Amino acid sequence: MKKKAIIEITAKCIFTLCAVLAIFAVCSITIYMFIKGTPTFHRVGVLDLLFGTKWAPTAENPSYGILYIILSSIVGTAAAVLVGVPIGLLTAVFLSEMAEKRIGGIVRGAVELLAAIPSVIYGLIGMMVLNPLMYQMEKALYKDNPAHQFTGGANMLSAIIVLAIMILPTVISISTSSLQAVPQILRSASLGLGATKMQTIFKVVIPAAKSGILTGVVLGIGRALGEAMAINMVAGGAVNIPLPFNSVRTLTTQIVSEMGYAQGLHRQVLFSVGLVLYIFIMIVNFILLKARRKGVGEA
Amino acid sequence: MTKSRQIKDFIAKLLIYLCSAFSVCLLVGIICYVFVKGIRTVNWSFLTSVTSVLKGTVGIAGNIVNTLIIILITMIIAAPIGIGSAIYLNEYAKPGKLVTLIEYATETLSGIPSILFGLFGMMFFGEKLGLGYSLLTGSLTLILMVLPLITRNTQEALKTVPDSYRNGAIGLGSGKWHMIRTILIPSAMPGIITGVILAIGRIVGESAALLFTAGSAKLLPKGLSGLLQKPLQSGGTLTIQMYLSATSEGDFSTAFGIAVVLLIIVLLINLGTKLLTARFDVNRKD
Repeated sequence: MKKKAIIEITAKCIFTLCAVLAIFAVCSITIYMFIKGTPTFHRVGVLDLLFGTKWAPTAENPSYGILYIILSSIVGTAAAVLVGVPIGLLTAVFLSEMAEKRIGGIVRGAVELLAAIPSVIYGLIGMMVLNPLMYQMEKALYKDNPAHQFTGGANMLSAIIVLAIMILPTVISISTSSLQAVPQILRSASLGLGATKMQTIFKVVIPAAKSGILTGVVLGIGRALGEAMAINMVAGGAVNIPLPFNSVRTLTTQIVSEMGYAQGLHRQVLFSVGLVLYIFIMIVNFILLKARRKGVGEA
Repeated sequence: MTKSRQIKDFIAKLLIYLCSAFSVCLLVGIICYVFVKGIRTVNWSFLTSVTSVLKGTVGIAGNIVNTLIIILITMIIAAPIGIGSAIYLNEYAKPGKLVTLIEYATETLSGIPSILFGLFGMMFFGEKLGLGYSLLTGSLTLILMVLPLITRNTQEALKTVPDSYRNGAIGLGSGKWHMIRTILIPSAMPGIITGVILAIGRIVGESAALLFTAGSAKLLPKGLSGLLQKPLQSGGTLTIQMYLSATSEGDFSTAFGIAVVLLIIVLLINLGTKLLTARFDVNRKD
């Protein structure tokens, strides 16, 4: 009997340990990000670092301004969400409200597969298809403008398109399930009052599923902010103001492209870039947590 | 119904159909494009040899081996921990501060972008623990990344096991651990395996977390001792090699060849989880 009790206690302890590991992991990642990321704020100066516009880490008088990098991340993410969310939401409406079983199954399967495709493949296709297209547009638009630096098509716009596509699966799947969770009785009531199906969808069902859809949008924002490889392949390699036809660096691509060779202070500044990204992601996570809690409260 | 209402409805419907068609066309487009561009590169020697200027061969065997080693090490460690964590949350934990904290931590982990995992892995496993650029560093990093995925899928699977199974076993005098081992885990197995397969898919597609942890070496390990030492050496996975081929090496035929291989793996994994889920549903009916 005693032996059995010991086994039971051991099992419980081991399972608890496994579960607590997640807390431990999050804590150590957070601590490390701050330990490695904050010293440069002191050495470069908070204002010079966060609001400096000149990034020249290997110059004789190096300067480490990451304002444009931060802005590129924000603008890229915002634009991708603006493009991706409407498309995703309408697809979710189709899946939840209109699709027959077979066609719905095909669309759903396609969305699942899109989510599973590795980001480097999106990057590769972006490089081969999107960038040449962008270059054509760029040549047509800026042919009389000698001040423009030609990018060969690797620009902000390509990054936005790739990001918008990459957040689609997240937005679609979360929105679909929250639309499906809207009680049937609301639809029947609206249709019974003489509203058309489209009026019902846009005036009743979507507003009722609002908080779930917002969760999907926030998840999409997190995904877009954190995407690194695909963007690195299509967005070019210069730190620039985030204009559509400028080659840009985001927080993630800055790390990907320079961590390999950076030394000394330059390397530490890249850790600070990581810290800024980490703080952005924590804000997104916090909003998500609030939204989830609220969603649970409503249900 | 007024005329303007009819037009509005028609436009709304049209937009909905167009957007839904977009995802399908996009997927078909991506698959066709990659296969057309890459299928000629993929042959037996591409899969079984290593790129070498001296021998004049182009191949990704080294990267395949690296990918397999990383999957193996990561899953050997991550699967038990993730499953154990789910068992704790579902079977032992009573609602309270600790559970909230664990669930919040799991949530947070799944929201952290892979590039930050890579950064942390490089700083902690690579530099602090002195593992450098190695497959082990990469695997340890990936463990943190796939843990939430396995935990959540196992939790879902455990939730579908009826309480009567638990009560029946305990009522017959079984201890809790015995009940978990002999009743719970076997009943939840299809769901647990689905989680593991999804995690493997995530590892196969991962690149940002591995760039600065596992490195990019592509040689095949020599003999058994080479294979055993490989985890402590640098090695690039398929995705890393594809990234390098498409960017710094400018070798697009290899890049598309790897893309074909990756897409096939992704399709197989998707199919596998679909089949498992279908079987799982059938089991639940009885």
